[in-house]
Parts: sequence; C-alpha cells; structure tokens
Amino acid sequence: MDRDLLIKARGIGVNFEGRQILSHIDLEIFQGQLVTLIGPNGAGKTTLVKVVLGLLTPDEGQMERAQGLKIGYMPQKLFVEPTLPLTVERFLKLASPSALDVGTLLEEVRISHLLKQQVSRLSGGEMQRVLLARALSRKPHLLVLDEPAQGVDVNGQIELYELINIIRADHNCGVLMVSHDLHLVMAGTDEVICLNQHICCHGKPEHVSTDPAYLALFGRREAETLAVYTHHHNHSHDIKGAIIGEACCDHHADKGTHNHG
Amino acid sequence: MVRLVAITMQTKELITMADFVLYALLAGISIAVVAGPLGCFVVWRRMSYFGDTLAHSSLLGVALAILLNLQMQVAIIGSCLAFAALLLLLEKKQALATDTLLGIIAHSTLAFGLMVLSISDRVQVNLNAFLFGDLLTVTRSDLFWIVSCCLVCGVVLILFWKRFLAITVHRELAMIEGLAADRLYALLVFLIAILIAVAMKIVGVLLITSLLIIPAAAARRVSNTPEQMALGAAIAGCLAVMGGLGLSYFWDTPAGPSIVATAFVLFIVVYLKPTSGKR
Repeated sequence: MDRDLLIKARGIGVNFEGRQILSHIDLEIFQGQLVTLIGPNGAGKTTLVKVVLGLLTPDEGQMERAQGLKIGYMPQKLFVEPTLPLTVERFLKLASPSALDVGTLLEEVRISHLLKQQVSRLSGGEMQRVLLARALSRKPHLLVLDEPAQGVDVNGQIELYELINIIRADHNCGVLMVSHDLHLVMAGTDEVICLNQHICCHGKPEHVSTDPAYLALFGRREAETLAVYTHHHNHSHDIKGAIIGEACCDHHADKGTHNHG
Repeated sequence: MVRLVAITMQTKELITMADFVLYALLAGISIAVVAGPLGCFVVWRRMSYFGDTLAHSSLLGVALAILLNLQMQVAIIGSCLAFAALLLLLEKKQALATDTLLGIIAHSTLAFGLMVLSISDRVQVNLNAFLFGDLLTVTRSDLFWIVSCCLVCGVVLILFWKRFLAITVHRELAMIEGLAADRLYALLVFLIAILIAVAMKIVGVLLITSLLIIPAAAARRVSNTPEQMALGAAIAGCLAVMGGLGLSYFWDTPAGPSIVATAFVLFIVVYLKPTSGKR
C-alpha cells in the first residue's frame, strides 16, 4: 500500500439474510483526505462504515488497512441510560489510558465547560462534540464520523463541520464522514461518494452535485438548490434497492462521474 | 446442681443461636456486597428480566439435582451457568424479541421445575425454601461455599470493572477501542449467574432479582459516578440484609422477604429525600 494510504477497499459486497446491502464498493482514503459518504436512508452507509471499522466482515471483496492504523469512531448517536451516572470526563477516560489530558481534548472541541457534566444530560449538539472528543482521544490516523451533525440545528451544523475541518488540518488525519446531504459539507470535502447499495457516482463535490445519478437519488428539488440541471431517470430502485429497468452503467471502469444516458 | 445444668444449657443455646444468626448475617452480607455492584450493571443494561429468567430456570436445576441425587450447590451453579449460556446463545440468534424469549424460558422452566419437584419423593422437599429463601438454615459449609463464590465474583468484577463499564456505555465504541465486547458480556452474565446461584439460599428464586436491582436503584439517587453507585448499592444491600435479619429475628418473619422488604423501604426513603438542587 502507498505510504499515506490509510484504507483500501476493493469490491466490497455485503449480504444480510439474502438481501444485498452493498455490492462492488471500492474505497480509498488517504492521510489528510476528507471523504464524504452520502446516500438516502437504507443505502448501506452505516454498513459500509462498519466494514471500514472492522466490525463487519464483508462477504465479498478485500479490505486493507495501513499497518498499525488507529481509527477514531464517532457513532451516529449515543444513548446513555439515565440510571448510569457518568460525567463527560469519565466517559472520555473510558477510551484510553488514564494519562489522557481531558482538558485539552475538550478545549479542542470547544466544550471545556462540560467536563463535570453528566453525559445523560447533554444536549444533542453537546453530545456530538463529546463523541468527537472521544474519537480524537486515541490520536487516530483515521476519523470515522457517522452523521456527526445529527440532531444539531443548522447553525450548529455549520460550526461542527468547520470544527471537523480544523481538526483534520491540525491532526492531518483522514476523515470518512457519513452525511445525509451535500449542502453543508461541500466546502471542505475532497471526495464525495454517492452510495445506494452500489457507488452511484463519486468525485469532487461540484462534480457529484451535477451528476445525474446524484440527482436521481436526491430528487430534483433538492438538487436544484445546488445546480440547475435537467435530466431523465433511466433507472430507479425498488424497495429492496434492486435496480428496476435498465441497469446502471459500469460504475467502476472510470474514475469520477458517469452518465446515465 | 440442677440449676447449674440449666444455666449451662441456656448459654449453649445462646451460643448456637448466635451462631446461626452470625452465619446468616455473614452469608447475607457477602452476597449483598457483590450483588450491589453487579446489580448496577443489571440496572444499566436493563437486564432485570434476564436475571429473573436465570433465577427461575435454576429451579429446574434444583429439581433435577434432587431427582438425580446430585450435590445441591454444584447442581445449582451448574444449571445457572448452563442456562446463562443458553440465554446468551438464543439472544445472539435473535429468533424472537428478547423479552418474549425470556418470558417463555422463565416461566416454562419454573413450571417444569415445580413439576419435577412434585414427582420426586426421594427427599422431603421444602419448596418454600427454594422459592423464597431459607437464610436461617445456613450451615458452616454453606457459608464457606457462599463466601468463596462471592469472593471470586468480587475479584473478577474489580479486575474487569472498567472494561464492563466501557461495553455497557457503547458496545461498538468499545470494540473499536480493542475490547472483545461479546466475550466480556458473556463473562458478566456468568458472574450474574453464579451470584444468583449462591443467593438462592438467601432470598429464593422468586426474589433474587430484587437483591440485584433495588439496592442499585436506591444508590443511583445519591451518586455521581459509577463507582459511587456501586459502593452505595453494596452498602444499601448490607443494610437491607441486616434490617431484614433483625425483623426476622425479633418478629419471626421469613428472612428472604424481610430482606427484600427492608431494601424496598430503603429505596423509598432515599427517593423521598429532597434533592439538594441540581444534581
């Protein structure tokens, strides 16, 4: 593997009880690169994240990780039982050796004041930052963020994405981020992967946002806020995600985007 | 002379009396000390029904042990561990919703256990003792058995405390950070199984779970860290054992239910205590 290549996936396929969740997924993440994974609900984003994290062994394909790769993971959400008394400080220390400098860590995600706060009493946005701090506490080479802005209002989302960009620059780590939409994550993203069981399109955000496959997935109205573009669907997905009608063209022959016409 | 003999007899009676109360107290306290912290995990992980099922199914083990004339203590622990393994396996398969599955197992094993007990006429079986406990008949060898099992559970719990806590807060995070979450969970379940097996003597299969969850729930109100809650639960459990034994001694109420009733009163008292501002 290349020196600064963190992970490399080739032809990943995952089946669950006979249902194809993911097929033919290729993915590379380099040091310092921010890759955003977008796709509708049920597209297999979380499944792909689990494969990257090593929590799930794919049924097909290969997954390579750089030697000694440390991954920091920020789960979609964390529910701590109200019956479990746990301060933010203690929560962060669960992750790693006791020598951890919790103060500096919290400063980095701008929530120093929450050190002694009970985890079960955090607001949505505060919780996301605490989770981000936990992911950072292991000094990871790769940050995997599963919908980091979930349950955060729009202003909070913008701040959070800015923060993620600052952290990426400071730590020079790779970032794999799952997101629902492209709008807010556009600016800092190096590569967007549009997923719907297979990789529909990928490339620079400005490319993807005008790609017919992206438009087909997210619908015209949403897409028009990003670009003016007319196109016709040539395929759609049924409820299980299988492609109805004309098959998608070859996704993997060319890098970058592809056309559906 | 006659008077002297009478006095000697009285003293002797007093000593044996003190002995069995002392045995009961030691047995009850060693269980309460471990049940408190272990019960915290039962509360945090919402496993109280799981504990109930384990306890109920262990009655089937008791019944089989009587039928086959096995050594009782070993049989109870063996059956608790076996049912714990079975539950872990079924939970992983996820064939049914967990609570449905637990409900089926809890009550059918209880039913089978009661049936087997009724047909075994080898020994005079005191069913009440198994259902509600029989703390006041704890013998020296029972005590040795209970204390050593509690000691083992306690030591393992202390050694694995941080890891158990990490998998309880977030299983996947813990796994990514290098913990074998499934194996740790299995270990925790086996600890609970052992504790339930030895606690059966104290409170019986129907009341065991309460010894796990009531002290922990009471301690939650007054704690800010997991460790404080564990310690608080251990203390609350000990108080319940002492109070319950006192009730039983002076008013001749059954020991097991008296302990649970004391724990409940303690829980209510802690919850009625006004909170001092924001916790």
